[in-house]
Amino acid sequence: MTARARPAIADTPIIEVKNLSKTYEGGVEALNDVSLDVPQGKLTTLLGPSGCGKTTLLKIIAGLIPSTKGEVRVSGRMVTGPGPDRAFVFQDFALMPWATVLRNVAFGLELRGVGREEREAVARRHIAEVGLAGFEHRHPHELSGGMRQRVGLARALAVDADVLLMDEPFSSVDEQTRRKFQEDMLSLLSARGKTVLFVTHSIEEAVYLSDRIVLLSRRPSRVAEVIEPDIRRGDDPEAIRRHPAYLDTVETIWQGLKRYLD
Amino acid sequence: MTEVSPSLGSRDPGASVQRLSGPRRDRAVALASHPLTLRLFTALILFSAWEYAGRVPVSAGFPGFIETMKAMAEMTADGLLVAALLITLQPLALGLAISAVIGIGLGIGMGLSRVAEWLMAPPFIVMQAAPMAALIPLLVFAYGIGLAAKVLTVCIMAMPVIVLNSYLAIRQTPASLIEMGRSFQGSKPQIILKIMLPSASPVIFAGLRLGAAAGFIGAILAELLITPTGIGDLITYNQSIAEYPKMYAAIFSVIALSVLFIEGLGKIEAAIFRREGRRA
Repeated sequence: MTARARPAIADTPIIEVKNLSKTYEGGVEALNDVSLDVPQGKLTTLLGPSGCGKTTLLKIIAGLIPSTKGEVRVSGRMVTGPGPDRAFVFQDFALMPWATVLRNVAFGLELRGVGREEREAVARRHIAEVGLAGFEHRHPHELSGGMRQRVGLARALAVDADVLLMDEPFSSVDEQTRRKFQEDMLSLLSARGKTVLFVTHSIEEAVYLSDRIVLLSRRPSRVAEVIEPDIRRGDDPEAIRRHPAYLDTVETIWQGLKRYLD
Repeated sequence: MTEVSPSLGSRDPGASVQRLSGPRRDRAVALASHPLTLRLFTALILFSAWEYAGRVPVSAGFPGFIETMKAMAEMTADGLLVAALLITLQPLALGLAISAVIGIGLGIGMGLSRVAEWLMAPPFIVMQAAPMAALIPLLVFAYGIGLAAKVLTVCIMAMPVIVLNSYLAIRQTPASLIEMGRSFQGSKPQIILKIMLPSASPVIFAGLRLGAAAGFIGAILAELLITPTGIGDLITYNQSIAEYPKMYAAIFSVIALSVLFIEGLGKIEAAIFRREGRRA
């Protein structure tokens, strides 16, 4: 057994989702009674067929959209809106095209009223950490897709939130760039002990990145299965991608998801 | 901001041209395709056609380009043209300033509030579609033949496009940028000032340029239809005494002024936003 199915309850959950339902105006039911826990300091992936409500779930946890029923707690506190304990990384990067990389990365701190010098110092540090040193005064249109998402990641890291919520952050990034970015992100996050909740529709991405994978069913979504890939982090990334456990987990998930396709 | 790193470069089409041809030919190509060269070339064609039409002649009342320019030089020398332009500029400047302040304000308000949109979008949409010049007699009826009616004429011409552009510009703020602001706990005023307004400013400026062009039309219409003053006076007076070169010189001068003014607005916009590196 390379992938163990486990109940969706963790020992030290930082995010607790209980009986969450979401029906959009007009009657589209996105989520139906979703319950899940996200363990602290781990990378958890929400994986499911496209249009299954993964992003809706993530945005409810972020406090960006209200739920219809149920509750979300982060570090025990009920989520009623966005908070400093969570930072969001957007699928389309959501960078301000009129602002430099430096201002974009510092923007979360700017909104919090942190002084210019201080926030720019913090931003510079994170720009360097995501590998964009020297690009501080460039504008988003001068950067490639992968570089733009590094800016988005740096902005989220700069506010030093406990939880990173990432909405298909690599889906607008080409395949080669994505692999490098995934590796960089793992090494960046491993040192920080951040909790990451990551939405993707790529099985390979989920298995490669995650400590825990939450499989969602087709809309209205429920939690179909929780899988913890038995893969040692810190190995050579190429070795992971060739490892039988990696390949088996990908296959298991594919078999599980296949029934939702028609 | 000008140089681009090697990994990002080669997107500039000029770069590939450089590799293909020699530096001298390259410079010639650059000069020929320079916007200023192209504009001068267009002007040359236009003025030549005008001069040709004047010499055919199309009509006894249609002077050629050179004759018109001579009349213009004459009128400039005796100060008539400048004095007339200054008079025309009065209702124009007032009307445009009022339209810009109220128009952008209303537009932004409508962009931010559904109630304001409900209340005010329909009248402005009607105003933009309707031939507003038809309302000028009504304005004269209400406000007499003085400055007020002329200023209002400029306003009704210029305001709708300024309002509607500002409103659409705010509405078209990318949803993800607003979500980004909210996710970092930006307050409503912060989101408006730091995200929505900068995002909307190019379209607001475009509306301002269109509004200024419409305002020029309004100013001249007012002078032709309400009471002849300024450039409108020069046009009607010279027409009545068959001084056609002077009449065309007056028309040409106001067109030139309008173009220069709108170009100037574009330059101001570029000065504000080029530093920020926006391309669109």
